Amino acid sequence: MHSNRYCNRIIVLPFSVLLEIRVKPDNSGVVTDGVKHSMNPFCEIAVEEAVKLKEKKLIKEVVAVSCGPQQSQETIRTALAMGADRGIHVEVAGKDYETLGPLQVSKIMAALAKKEDAQLIILGKQAIDDDCNQTGQMTAALLDWPQGTFASEVSLDGDKVKVVREIDGGLETIKISTPAVLTADLRLNTPRYATLPNIMKAKKKKIANVKPADLGVDLTSRLEVLKVEEPPQRQAGVKVETVEDLVGKLKETGRI
Amino acid sequence: ETCLLFSHKLPETHQLLRQTCRDYADRELMPIAAKLDKEHVFPAKQIHELGAMGVMAMEVPEELGGAGMDYLAYSLAMEEISRGCASTGVVVSVNNSLYIGPILKFGTVEQKKQWIAPFTTGEKVGCFALSEPGNGSDAGAASTLARQEGDQWVLNGTKAWITNSWDASATVVFATTDKKLKHKGISAFLVPMPHPGLSLGKKEDKLGIRASSTANIILEDCRIPLENMLGPRGAGFRIAMQTLDSGRIGIAAQALGIAQAALDCAADYAHKRTAFGAPIGKLQAIQFKLADMAVAVESARLLTWKAAILKDSNKPFIKEAAMAKLAASEAATFCSHQAIQVLGGMGYVTDMPAERHYRDARITEIYEGTSEIQRLVIAGQLLKEYQS
Repeated sequence: MHSNRYCNRIIVLPFSVLLEIRVKPDNSGVVTDGVKHSMNPFCEIAVEEAVKLKEKKLIKEVVAVSCGPQQSQETIRTALAMGADRGIHVEVAGKDYETLGPLQVSKIMAALAKKEDAQLIILGKQAIDDDCNQTGQMTAALLDWPQGTFASEVSLDGDKVKVVREIDGGLETIKISTPAVLTADLRLNTPRYATLPNIMKAKKKKIANVKPADLGVDLTSRLEVLKVEEPPQRQAGVKVETVEDLVGKLKETGRI
Repeated sequence: ETCLLFSHKLPETHQLLRQTCRDYADRELMPIAAKLDKEHVFPAKQIHELGAMGVMAMEVPEELGGAGMDYLAYSLAMEEISRGCASTGVVVSVNNSLYIGPILKFGTVEQKKQWIAPFTTGEKVGCFALSEPGNGSDAGAASTLARQEGDQWVLNGTKAWITNSWDASATVVFATTDKKLKHKGISAFLVPMPHPGLSLGKKEDKLGIRASSTANIILEDCRIPLENMLGPRGAGFRIAMQTLDSGRIGIAAQALGIAQAALDCAADYAHKRTAFGAPIGKLQAIQFKLADMAVAVESARLLTWKAAILKDSNKPFIKEAAMAKLAASEAATFCSHQAIQVLGGMGYVTDMPAERHYRDARITEIYEGTSEIQRLVIAGQLLKEYQS
């Protein structure tokens, strides 16, 4: 139970996503070597929200965490340039990185949240390369924390968080207690461009290196990817003269 | 610093800066560049946003509201911004190199506070008034006069081709204070805009960089306080030349941005356009063009970076800066010309950006020192090196 007025620490988890998707020749996955990565757009929104909360003096420190190979550090630096205070790079490389999925990342986040005594974890709702939309929810479950997912509005009030969520039917407003997990949706905010002075300051901010084993996390995947294929090539359409022809064609191709 | 050239990797801060500017250019400038060009509209909103990022005053120390970065960073930012929109690029360049540049170098503490600090945020931009209807390359022949009357300077004359003039809140003006001393009798002055005695000529209707305003500045008994002189009396020509030596690197970077945009356009088209049964990128004629364009851009870029690094290391950089500006501007005109050729008919219409790059590129061989002047500067420096 936190008696202080301020939330102390937020952890954000900016993912880097592939900018270009090409299936590997052996259909075992997508090519990651040498492909440019950039911060997942929903994670940019998450980082922005954390920085805004700090600017409103509602929280004291924003920690940016990224799991992956060396180049994940670039994503952390971008978060630092946007205003995060320090970074943690959880080193996952090679084969482990290829099989790294939401479950493993959630375990890492849960371990870090406890270690860092965080009050809030903010993530993007999903990564645009795998579209899993699982990490936030799994992290909350592992920690037994409440979750406010698909957030389009977040407001802190003491140790409670009011979250407006975008759902199929419209907007749902919930109130949850901290510590909590939030996932950012598109309309939560418009991420800032890092200012040049902040880019300079980011250079001095610390990024700690941590291994999953140090956190007691086992990275073994419970899933095996059998095959990855490109979507079928779009075929040319067929023109028909009458509605009868159309219905006939649809029946013919088994559509109706 | 020169070890940077051998490590072929930019420092992390610079990589981050370059990516940030690239993201901004892709998302905020590229989508509107054609409209800005067509309607000749000053990109006020974008200049404000760039100001907030620190791009409008990159070399200015943080205490004065700038980004406190080096010239290599400035070159990287300029290239990315110009790749998105060449007009926005020139507005940024003039504010940084030609307006703030000389004040930062030659201004008093008071002048820096008054004339730099408000110009870092994008709220206000400045301009640089050296050229006249009677002299461009022949800068020493400045016929604008400044006479002292009591506690004021009184300026009379006309300045021509002044970028940002219609959108500026201040200008650095060069005027003759002692005619007998010829170019050693020119001094630099700071004049706010608008100001009594200062009026603007019509906005020029230009071939390219149309979103930036270019016009004459007319001075008729324009009175300014004595403390508005910038630097010592008679130092004006030296101030102008030194300012242009540095400004050259910024313009080289602008030209690189245009060249790269043209190359991007052509290479993309080569993948997509099919003729003779295959994408035209399979044809040697197209491949040779793209290769030549890439070599032109990359070599100009390395020259630009070298000039910037030399300047940042306080080493002599005049020759390299002139080489960079010459190479980059000729790369811009070459690449944009070839890009239209690769696109064929599509390169000639406004549906594709190639025609705008062609129009934007042309001025880079003219302003801030024509290609001919650059050659003179390079030869001058070169011959000095061979003197025993």
